[in-house]
Amino acid sequence: MSEKTHREHGGFWSRYIFSQDHKVIAVQYTITALLIGLFGLVLSWLLRLQLGFPGSFQFVNPGSYYQMLTQHGMIMIVYLLTAILLGGFGNYLIPLMIGARDMAFPFLNMLSYWVYLLSVIVLMAAFLVPGGPTGAGWTLYPPLSALPNAAPGSGWGIKLMLVSLVIFIAAATMGGLNYVTTVLQCRTKGMTLMRMPLSVWGIFIASVMALFAFPALFVGGVMLLFDNLLGTSFFIPAVTLLGQQLPREGGNPLLFQHLFWYFGHPEVYIVILPAMGIASDLISTHSRKPIFGYNAMVIAMAAIAFIGFIVWAHHMFVSGMNPYFGFFFAVSTLIIAIPSAVKVYNWLLTLWRGNIRLNVPMLFGIGWISTFIIGGLTGLPLGNVIADVPLHDTYFVVGHFHLVMGVAALMAIFGGIYHWFPKVTGRMFHETLGKLHFWVTFVGAYAIFFPMFLMGILGVPRRYFDFNVLQYLPPQTSALNIAITVAALTVGAAQLIFLGNLIWSALKGKRAEANPWGATTLEWQTPTTPPPHDNWGAEIPTVYRWAYDYSVPGAERDFIPQNVPQASLDVHLRQPAAGEGVRSRREPGANLGGDKI
Amino acid sequence: MTNSPNGHRVPLTPARLGVWLFLAVATMIFAALLSAYIVRMGSSDWHSLPKPGLLWVNTAILLFSSAALQWATIAERQGAHRNAQIGFVAGAVLSALFLLGQIWAWVVLHKLGYFLNTNPSSSFFYLLTAVHGVHLLGGLIVAAWTVRTTERLQLFVIYWHFLTVVWVMLFGLIVLT
Repeated sequence: MSEKTHREHGGFWSRYIFSQDHKVIAVQYTITALLIGLFGLVLSWLLRLQLGFPGSFQFVNPGSYYQMLTQHGMIMIVYLLTAILLGGFGNYLIPLMIGARDMAFPFLNMLSYWVYLLSVIVLMAAFLVPGGPTGAGWTLYPPLSALPNAAPGSGWGIKLMLVSLVIFIAAATMGGLNYVTTVLQCRTKGMTLMRMPLSVWGIFIASVMALFAFPALFVGGVMLLFDNLLGTSFFIPAVTLLGQQLPREGGNPLLFQHLFWYFGHPEVYIVILPAMGIASDLISTHSRKPIFGYNAMVIAMAAIAFIGFIVWAHHMFVSGMNPYFGFFFAVSTLIIAIPSAVKVYNWLLTLWRGNIRLNVPMLFGIGWISTFIIGGLTGLPLGNVIADVPLHDTYFVVGHFHLVMGVAALMAIFGGIYHWFPKVTGRMFHETLGKLHFWVTFVGAYAIFFPMFLMGILGVPRRYFDFNVLQYLPPQTSALNIAITVAALTVGAAQLIFLGNLIWSALKGKRAEANPWGATTLEWQTPTTPPPHDNWGAEIPTVYRWAYDYSVPGAERDFIPQNVPQASLDVHLRQPAAGEGVRSRREPGANLGGDKI
Repeated sequence: MTNSPNGHRVPLTPARLGVWLFLAVATMIFAALLSAYIVRMGSSDWHSLPKPGLLWVNTAILLFSSAALQWATIAERQGAHRNAQIGFVAGAVLSALFLLGQIWAWVVLHKLGYFLNTNPSSSFFYLLTAVHGVHLLGGLIVAAWTVRTTERLQLFVIYWHFLTVVWVMLFGLIVLT
């Protein structure tokens, strides 16, 4: 790592704005993603107001409903979840957790943030152009997204959307190259791959996935842009629009769907794997127990990533595909349940008989397990072709993916933000407000999404502006919709408490200790809190043990930081009681430094 | 210490790994384009494109640029900096020539009446050559800024060989279909 990138001195601009410090870039990514996420949240309120109280709000008409629906989806999945987990958590945690002074390519890292910001600006610009943003659905399926006057925002809106995505992919690629290279090349002495905290593993595997998945969206997006701007017919079949035969023919809309979902399904795991890693660290740290089955956790994540690349067409079961393909994709989809279940068991067994501290990060960690299980299990019927045919395009799907990919991922993100807030800011957050935030969000999320499963089984279709036209729906549907809307507004309000808590605590919160949770990983062992620009001061730490030495029998405290050598530990060790085997509570395969205790 | 740390002693440098990772990304981009090409080719409206003879000349020029750059790395390794510089400049000039040749091929097709939206085959021709050309141009710009050390020269040449191989594959597909 070159020393010239670590000048401590420099003006305000080079320190806080055009900084190459991974920690500053992480905060920039996080704040930008949270703000754009807040915007996406407001969009969801407007959608829910229309669904709960149809026709009561003049500014929500069918056209603007589709525009807000599209933008809500795209903003939340790409510009919030992907950006905050890789750009925010990835940037902050990777160098600190592996004992590096910074990312491998600090300049590229800075560029990644500014290019991401540009993509957000282009995305937002779509709200100001004639016709507004695109309303073609977040999946941007052609021909709807490729023809003039087909969907709202098909003039400027769709072009800006595609340009913004292409810019975002450039940013994500710069970031991804950095994260993968840093993990593989910049680990400190003693930090073997199998000693890395699971957060780093999750972000690392997700970054590899991002590098391989985003190019498909890039190609699909550029070709769709050509269809939109330059009159090509990559995806546009012969179409008669408003009684006029268009001068296009032969294009293949399904080709776009394949390109989109070749990105789109791995994208789910790009979001979920870092969340899994973060949740693992929250659960282990705050139950004061080593993570159960560390090796299995890593292997399960790698398996999910690998299988995640061969399931994409389960999003296209009803597109008329060959039944044998449907069978293949259903089988590969259901196989993913196995490594996912391994992880759930391991989280539960980590909790089992742990010394659980029900603080805010831990509540979110447990909330993660709950929502991931319910969201994941409801994915099984959708992965089966037979069950998917009646359920697809109903609210069952909406409930499923919101719980498993939206709420569960957010549980890990919120928990992670609370967990690392003391390290990032040097101050503690407000505990009671944090608990209020958790309970309203957790209970409220179920109040929003659980009834959607019922609605889906009743046959309530998704993407509808108004259900009054559907005579077959029972009248309870509208009562459910009102309840969901009330819950959604309440949960939304709780997020304002969260943001207020962050701002207030960052400025006025109680000073935090260097290691308030008693955690083992390296980021808590920095010389100052928040860590200095070069993270470690004079000497980078050496790692002697894995990341999960919690409640080691015989040890003086209930955690042993990764940089504590065996020799200094021996001085403080008492003799373990009879039968209190060291290995019994540890992962046998893990390469421990403390084998001799 | 029993656990000898091995993580930090990988012979790859970060820059080298970064370039290889980027090649993986670029491979995915071209693989997605090629698979789209092959799928779209199956439609009934696909007409074969006339292949300007110029493309063969361009391909030869790009191969020569790769060869010149390879020669430059060998010279650099042997300490012949002057020859290395000549090879690098020759490679860059040949690459620029290739790009001009590609633009000329667009002009030729345009004159024959094959525009971007004439047929999917011409759409793909313009798209593939443009994406490939942008990668070349970007590489040249980055190289002009950064190639200051032997390692960076080697990395640049690896990237160049990659783009040459990609072009030969794209060219083969275009000629055969």
